[in-house]
Amino acid sequence: MSDKEYSNFGRRQFLARAGKAGIAIAGCGIASYLLYDPTGPRPGVKVEDLVTLADFSVPHKTGQTMSIVQGSDRAKTVDKAIESLGGIERFVKPGDTVAIKPNVAFATPAMLGATAHPQLVAEMVRLCYKGGATKVIVTDNPINDPTSCFTLSGVGKAASQAGAEVVLPKTHLFKYTTLTDGRLIRNWPIFYGPFYKADKLIGISPIKHHHRAGASMSMKNWYGLLGGRRNVFHQDINTIIAELAMMVKPTLVILDGTEVMMTNGPTGGSVSDLKRANTLIASTDCVAADSYGCGLLNLNISDLPYLAKAEKAKAGTNNYKSLNPIFATVS
Amino acid sequence: MKIVTVRRISQVFFFLLFVWFCIVSTVGERFWQLRGWPINWFLQLDPLVAVGTILTTHTLYWPLLWALATVVLTIIFGRFFCGWVCPFGSLHHFVGFLARRKKKVSQKIQLNRYRKAQGIKYLILVVFLAMAAFPSLAATLQTGLLDPISLITRSFNLVLVPIADKSANLISVPQRFYEGAWLIFAVFLTAILLNLVIPRFYCRFLCPLGALFGVIDGLAIWKIGKKTADCVNCKLCEQDCEGGCEPAGNIRISECVLCFNCLDGCKHEVIGYQTRKSAAGETLPDISRRGFALSLVSGLFALGAVRLSNKLGSNWHHKVIRPPGALPEEEFLKRCIKCGQCMRVCPTNVIQPAGIEGGLENLWTPALNNCIGSSGCQLNCVACGQVCPTSAIRPITLAEKRGVGEFAEAGPIKMGTAFLDRNRCLPWAMDKPCIVCEENCPVSPKAIFTREYFSTIRDGILMVKDFREQRIETVENNLISGKFATGDYYCAIENGRRWKITANTQNSIEISSENISGKILAESSKIKIQIRLQRPYIDIEKCIGCGICEHECPVSGKKAIRVSAVGETRSEDRRLLLKG
Repeated sequence: MSDKEYSNFGRRQFLARAGKAGIAIAGCGIASYLLYDPTGPRPGVKVEDLVTLADFSVPHKTGQTMSIVQGSDRAKTVDKAIESLGGIERFVKPGDTVAIKPNVAFATPAMLGATAHPQLVAEMVRLCYKGGATKVIVTDNPINDPTSCFTLSGVGKAASQAGAEVVLPKTHLFKYTTLTDGRLIRNWPIFYGPFYKADKLIGISPIKHHHRAGASMSMKNWYGLLGGRRNVFHQDINTIIAELAMMVKPTLVILDGTEVMMTNGPTGGSVSDLKRANTLIASTDCVAADSYGCGLLNLNISDLPYLAKAEKAKAGTNNYKSLNPIFATVS
Repeated sequence: MKIVTVRRISQVFFFLLFVWFCIVSTVGERFWQLRGWPINWFLQLDPLVAVGTILTTHTLYWPLLWALATVVLTIIFGRFFCGWVCPFGSLHHFVGFLARRKKKVSQKIQLNRYRKAQGIKYLILVVFLAMAAFPSLAATLQTGLLDPISLITRSFNLVLVPIADKSANLISVPQRFYEGAWLIFAVFLTAILLNLVIPRFYCRFLCPLGALFGVIDGLAIWKIGKKTADCVNCKLCEQDCEGGCEPAGNIRISECVLCFNCLDGCKHEVIGYQTRKSAAGETLPDISRRGFALSLVSGLFALGAVRLSNKLGSNWHHKVIRPPGALPEEEFLKRCIKCGQCMRVCPTNVIQPAGIEGGLENLWTPALNNCIGSSGCQLNCVACGQVCPTSAIRPITLAEKRGVGEFAEAGPIKMGTAFLDRNRCLPWAMDKPCIVCEENCPVSPKAIFTREYFSTIRDGILMVKDFREQRIETVENNLISGKFATGDYYCAIENGRRWKITANTQNSIEISSENISGKILAESSKIKIQIRLQRPYIDIEKCIGCGICEHECPVSGKKAIRVSAVGETRSEDRRLLLKG
């Protein structure tokens, strides 16, 4: 500022500058007031906005809760199984969005039986559209790399060719949930995105040996809904599987025992780990389905403590006989 | 159309093509995924890759034959690659243009003048080639550190693409991570920002590929030069000279990147692209005999100094786990150009740029880090070897990787061996069931197996007060209700019999009904509360070192099961077990 300007610094300019200064000071003051935090950070877990998975079940029909179909062709057995439970129309209403959750945990080819069979997934998608669904989503949060799992297992291609949308577990699709009567599922991230807008939920899983849990079937299939560091739950595998059965109320589960993984589960890795049992179970009660499925692995119900736990928590019955399952055979 | 316009179109085209190749380096079947896109094309066109590997291996790996085309075209036309094709060069060109856009003509001429220091790049080239050329001393391929194609491929694929895709997740489902990417970025950013000091700083002073072209350029048939000595010496030709080669004077032909800005800038049609020598004279690379000798000797001693760490001998680093199909370490270092293609393509993101813990030469070479990525090395994947431009990682088949079919006798490729840390493992150290590692082992039969062990828990010896049917009442009344009902707890008595506990209250436990006959527990006798553990063991004959167990181990931070490279099949001297 030159001397001349300095000498000309009049009242008007002073007031203008004082005004600006005043606004700046007031701004700082207001910002400090609004942001004022008298306590500082507190320890403890931040509780996120919790979501709850919807109830996808359909009304109970006595005598049509479970069907067990013998046959080697998965497309035929699943058709028959659903037909004997009252047809796909009982489960899928016109206009429904159906989420199908196959077990696609591993990046292995379909023939090794570690993942839901693509043919079965495709047939289920087709049935859903036949029942009037406007959209079918096929989704899972696998253990191995998600893209590779859907590609190598053949489920991705089979599902999209049948007209379904394949949804991979992108980070933003996870939300936190708490299971009301649960001990382990508390403030825990689940793969919520694909199920948020779904009207129906169908689980598809193979029957597999599982060294820690004894068996991996339709209840264990819901493990794929868990996000975060879900492996820590192996410390209490029976409780987590039972809680998953409490958390997920599916429309229907398909338990595929066409080829059963008898050893080296849940990954398998060799066709010699498989045994042909030519059995497929469809049920609205996943506990009941698993209590039948364990027999195909030569296990007793008491060998899988999670079955008793789930029954105790009223997630289903582990006495499948009480449901009078429908038996059928297709050639 | 003016020739500079054609050049700009060419630069934009090749730059976009390069970016496209970065995007499509994703395993998958869609048009924007790997399929058959020639993602290595720029690396294959790069004669420094070809010359470097020829020096180290004395062979020309077939895909690198593309470099011959570049060399031939350079001999005919000059350094067209730098000015017309090189994506890194185009980036420098553009940034340098932005930086000097508003400067006066005189300042521009000043910025784009020739500097003696432009000879440094030849010395860098000599250092690198010296390190590569003398097998009696070692022979290592380090050109990739500064090779512009390696550098930009690495920087785009391992830094820029993952950042751009971070929130969109369009290219990969889980976010991609690269350890030490900051250093790659720092080098890239520095190279870019140096354009603010002097345009095409990297190309003029540092680029070893540019230096190689500069040497070849001495043979060029067509070159820039003055058609006649009849020149007003206005120097307008030099205001946008990309190479800093002084076309107005005694043109430094090996510095000319063929930008044609001089041709475009000359108002008197003196400058031409011609077969004749420039009317004002021309000179070849500015390397003194002393500089050459010094850098040759420096290169040889530098390599010797690096090798004194004995990182290829007994002091090798166990965490440098090479991808499946990688050559034995010494051969590997003769071929790896640190381009990062294997790290980019790896579907699980487990292949990471190594740091210098395995030796200075190891920087940015691929190594598996099972703590990063969506899974360890997937059993049914050989993507890394398929994209490796120099076959440092051989393009193996699945059959070879897994040791089946004609490879049954050789057995599977082992990248290393998993070791269990019993001080961190839940069932071993903390009496907690787990075996996530066993479950995820992809080998059949599994390389991880378990042995059952019943461990009496802390304060787990109780005194019986009463026993009726399946219910044992205890003297102790401070049990945690329901704690033993997980299905993993057992009640053992002295004669070794044991029942599964199905429920418990503060002062009682219920046991399963199996095998109980009569009253077998007397009052005041002792019972033990035990937890059933499946303790993992590793079958070293079966373990392939894929690291899926390490990736899945819930003891995060430092895992309880960790792979180290010992036992890898690629190298006899890192074998752990006896044969047969």
